[in-house]
Amino acid sequence: MTYKTGGVDYEALKGISMEVKSGDFVSIMGASGSGKSTLMNILGCLDRPSSGRYFLDGLDVSNLTENELAEIRNKKIGFVFQSFNLIQRMSLLENTELPLVYAGFPSVLSLEKAKDALKLVGLEGKEKKFPNQISGGEQQRTAIARAIVNDAPIIMADEPTGNLDSERSREIMSFFKKINEEKGATIILVTHETDIADYARTHINVKDGILV
Amino acid sequence: MKLGSVWLAVIFSLKSAFKTFSRNKARSFLTTLGIIIGVAAVIATTAIGQGASNAIQETINSMGSNMLVILSGTSTHGGVKLGFSSTPTLTLSDAYAIRKEKAVKTTTADIGIGEQVIWRGNNWFTTIMGSNSTFPSIRDWPVGEGAFFTHSQISNASNVAVIGKTSAKELFGLINPLGHIILIHNIPFKIIGVLSRKGFNAFGQDQDDIVIIPITTMMIKIAGTTWVRSILVSAKSAKETVTAQAEITRLLRRRHHIRKGQADDFFIRNLTEIASAANQSTSTFTILLASIATISLLVGGIGIMNIMLVSVTERTKEIGIRMAVGARKRDILQQFLIEAAVLSLFGGIIGIFIGFGISYLISILSPLKTVVTIIPVIVSIIFSICVGIFFGFYPAYKASRMNPVEALRYE
Repeated sequence: MTYKTGGVDYEALKGISMEVKSGDFVSIMGASGSGKSTLMNILGCLDRPSSGRYFLDGLDVSNLTENELAEIRNKKIGFVFQSFNLIQRMSLLENTELPLVYAGFPSVLSLEKAKDALKLVGLEGKEKKFPNQISGGEQQRTAIARAIVNDAPIIMADEPTGNLDSERSREIMSFFKKINEEKGATIILVTHETDIADYARTHINVKDGILV
Repeated sequence: MKLGSVWLAVIFSLKSAFKTFSRNKARSFLTTLGIIIGVAAVIATTAIGQGASNAIQETINSMGSNMLVILSGTSTHGGVKLGFSSTPTLTLSDAYAIRKEKAVKTTTADIGIGEQVIWRGNNWFTTIMGSNSTFPSIRDWPVGEGAFFTHSQISNASNVAVIGKTSAKELFGLINPLGHIILIHNIPFKIIGVLSRKGFNAFGQDQDDIVIIPITTMMIKIAGTTWVRSILVSAKSAKETVTAQAEITRLLRRRHHIRKGQADDFFIRNLTEIASAANQSTSTFTILLASIATISLLVGGIGIMNIMLVSVTERTKEIGIRMAVGARKRDILQQFLIEAAVLSLFGGIIGIFIGFGISYLISILSPLKTVVTIIPVIVSIIFSICVGIFFGFYPAYKASRMNPVEALRYE
């Protein structure tokens, strides 16, 4: 699998081959510029490889249209980003509900599910708050709620603790552990911190676009 | 996607749109200013046009209902061509004969002359008009007090008169003129009625400055003629004025022994047609003004496009997030289109209120009574939504074409 980025033909990933089993907890480690973010974008169906193939659940997604990829992201993948990526002018409840809105759930049902998800990450009673009214840890928990609200079988976490102190980091990682163990979701965790990577069972290292 | 879920997404986009605008009130208002001004201008100009059209209609109706005027023809004396009515060709029996035509309701002949009228020590120069008993119904001009003269008073050439408000005031002051005797051309006339007030005609003449006497009395005792100056005809309906005109032409040519190929010795004017022509020109003018106002709507649309482009750039990250959680291109396109349409519709609604306000002010401050009709309001609403969608499309399309990875990376 190879991937080119930007106007300059730069091969971010060079002929790597890997497999992730369902229900696994995988960490992808590497320094910045190693190609781990690119790998994550492809695994998360945010982008397509310029050559090579990617099978998700037995389906070759490397040649799907953008709309088909959107549907896969909506139904099968939940994202947690380093910078939380919540929509600032929407309440926690609305942020959490967003994947369900695009899945076409009626709002009575989606609001109920969003409340449940927020409760699961310990944000009960803060549904009406806005992202700028809560702490970073709470924002990341909201992002986790959004990632799991649609019962996605895969959670992609890109440096989820990068903006948090060690105590908050532990808290966030415990949620991932819980989701992996109790819900059986596959977790793919991108990080450059070894103590965070230790939460995973399988470890992948990327360096200069190749697996080491 | 099922229709139900499309509807859900639309409601969600609408909520999102309102939220965006309430956070940026001043910017949203300024953005829609072009639409506001455009819609207000369309509403106000059409209201003025409708008001002017109504005023014209009223003036024309005041002349009489479904009226045709027959004037006697021209004549040539030694190569000198004289104007209408220069040769007497119409008679009282012409007027009676025309009444039998199918499309004609009734007729009145008339002769008008200027004369000094005397009552006791007062005198007043006014128009003396000879007419038939049908005059009030044809001119839509009822008697205010007393009665109009009857057909038998015409047959007898009685010395009776009906006086207009202005003449009555000049001759009698505050005294009720009914039953008094006035002198016209040194002949005594008994006043049996006072006309209701008619006001000024389209040319600024005071129509109430008049004394009306039976046409026969006029012909025999005052003018000394067997001809009448003109015949007023009331057709059965506005539509039938054209038929009536044809019927009268045929009848009068036969009665006046005009051979084929020879010109008419009379001239017919169809006031209803003149009225509709006048109305036509008013509505043309209104359409012209409204079209100019519409240009402002287009300019307003460009304002919306501009701000939507800014908004799409500002919210690149949000677009990336929405795409990451599963928004398709269509969802993003729809969201921004709805925002543009709602923005534009808001402007349209504010514009309608301002347009109403302007029309109301014009009604108060000027003699013109403006009339806001429902059609420009509906058209403005539809048009402003369309402007929003049209000019919002490019920014929305741009948003929907974003690459999720790059959009997420945007700071």
